[in-house]
Amino acid sequence: MEELNNLFHGFGVALTLPNIGFMFIGIFLGVLIGVLPGLGGANGVAILLPLTFGMSPTSAIIMLSCIYWGALFGGAITSILFNIPGEPWSVATTFDGYPMAQKGKAAQALTAAFTSSFVGALVAVLMVTFLAPVVAKFALNFGPPEFFAVQLLTFASFIGMSKEPPVKTLMAMMLGFALAAVGLDSVTGTLRMTYGQESLLKGFDFLVAVIGLFGIGEILLTMEEGLAFKGHKGRITLKDVLDTWKELPKYWATSLRACLIGCWMGITPGGATPASFMSYGTAKRLAKHPEEFGKGTIEGVIAPETAAHAAGTSALLPMLTLGIPGSPTAAVLLGGLLIWGLQPGPLLFTEQKDFVWGLIASMYLGNIVGLIVVLTTVPWWAAILRIPFSIIAPVIVVICAVGAYTVHNSMLDVVLMLVFGLMGYAFKKLKYPMAPLVLALVLGDMAETSFRQSMLISKGSLGIFVSTPLAGTITGLALIMLLWPVLGLLKKLSRG
Amino acid sequence: MKSGAHLQMRWMELLVAACFAGVSLLVITDSIRVGNAWGSDGPEPGYFPFYIGCLLLGGAAWVIVQTLLAWKQDSGKEVFAEKHEFNLMLLMLIPTAVFTAAIFVLGIYVASLIFVAAFMVWQGQYSYFKSITVGAGISAALFLLFEIWFSLPLPKGWIETWLGY
Repeated sequence: MEELNNLFHGFGVALTLPNIGFMFIGIFLGVLIGVLPGLGGANGVAILLPLTFGMSPTSAIIMLSCIYWGALFGGAITSILFNIPGEPWSVATTFDGYPMAQKGKAAQALTAAFTSSFVGALVAVLMVTFLAPVVAKFALNFGPPEFFAVQLLTFASFIGMSKEPPVKTLMAMMLGFALAAVGLDSVTGTLRMTYGQESLLKGFDFLVAVIGLFGIGEILLTMEEGLAFKGHKGRITLKDVLDTWKELPKYWATSLRACLIGCWMGITPGGATPASFMSYGTAKRLAKHPEEFGKGTIEGVIAPETAAHAAGTSALLPMLTLGIPGSPTAAVLLGGLLIWGLQPGPLLFTEQKDFVWGLIASMYLGNIVGLIVVLTTVPWWAAILRIPFSIIAPVIVVICAVGAYTVHNSMLDVVLMLVFGLMGYAFKKLKYPMAPLVLALVLGDMAETSFRQSMLISKGSLGIFVSTPLAGTITGLALIMLLWPVLGLLKKLSRG
Repeated sequence: MKSGAHLQMRWMELLVAACFAGVSLLVITDSIRVGNAWGSDGPEPGYFPFYIGCLLLGGAAWVIVQTLLAWKQDSGKEVFAEKHEFNLMLLMLIPTAVFTAAIFVLGIYVASLIFVAAFMVWQGQYSYFKSITVGAGISAALFLLFEIWFSLPLPKGWIETWLGY
């Protein structure tokens, strides 16, 4: 019951007037980011991160995580009303959400989406509340080999689980590691890969990479598609909400499955996007009337939304307890922790109780605030999407440029943002995944340090990663994940 | 469809893989320079990046070989982008690049005003008055938010200096 005490303490931290204010600001900004093309959870948080340098870490993380929840909610609005997924994780929501809107059931679809998101998040937060302290306590016994094994598992599961070709996943990841290694080597103080350029001393900042890859890249892609926003009207009355809520409990099984898929995909670094697709697929396979899917069934909205939100939320568990983020947005939040001078990992739970439990409490409150905000303000957000792209696009580019500049007050970063933007465009087209690149860029130094420390302990023998049962098990799992695509290939070959 | 009306996927695939290979060579050569072996006090600075570079090079080689093997089969049918799509993308990319360059000279406020207004006139066929109003509004909002509220200075040009900032 120590968790409950801590949680109540956390509510005390989160429920101060300024923090509630930050929660509302965060949710509003988040929904806005989720609705606008080119701005998403990861780059939205990255752009706003420099604004929080002067704030207390607890208030800052509350605001930034609320931006994340807001973005998760916001993605559903554009998917259902405009058939445009504002976020990658809401692509699956368009399959049934938009047909529902076409049938004139936009209000039901939106209510179902928001409520499911809320349920998914709530289940995930409950899990975080009770599981995170256990994981953290367990992880206190980790030495460098165990940490490296966990990191290896994270990256290996990217290769094993990704929809993209495994080789391209590996390449994107290695590029991230290579970029992370540029600059001053933290162990020996040697300059690496700067090629005499003073401006490269500090290395590549992942915030700039995120803003470019996800922001500018997305704008370029949107421009290419020549989007014309034609949408349905979104207005939710109290009656719509109550009617839909009466209907929702019928789908408890779909909901529960979606929660499980979401939590699992969030903890292992699958992230919200694959979780939503997987959940939609499972719901369709197990449904009584699978032929209804794609034509506007409410189940087809519940399944992906619940899973996406559960995954997005539970992605914070490994970030807080092990210092390993489960999604790109969690990676950006992790970067924030480092900038505020907090070392993510198991010690956070013993040394920064206010921070951790304030954050967890704010996850409960933020999602309640989020649900109320989106249910009451949908028409407003839909109106924003009707602003023509020729106004929105340059404004978003300006915002991205400002965001990239403020990271280090350096114009070089703005230029780099442009380069990363072009890269994001090409990557998307050629099916190179961006999440592993970002994660490798964030975790590169940490992974390298734990690898080198392990090597120092073992005097250069790789055997250290299987020397203890714990490290051995995790390394074994990682190897299975790595070989997963190879197994698939063999199966295909044997079938002829 | 006429061939040549689109950018072929296979060429882009090769181009990007070649870029990856180029980067990997940079990584590998520099890792060898700083030492990629086992020094007297443990792994040298280039130890870890060296293997990263090798994996990167291997991956790039794999993609190049795969693309070349499928070269005949594909015969350029797979589309990276249609010509007109690619042109639309350039209509966004080039102004953005010019905008970035303009920040160096004019500072971010003036550059943003011109960028937003010009894009609106050019792409959206808005009147000059409307476009400049929106552009000026965005710049003013940025100025209030960053210089005054958060006191985070943004890059400035001669106009701001002339106004005393």
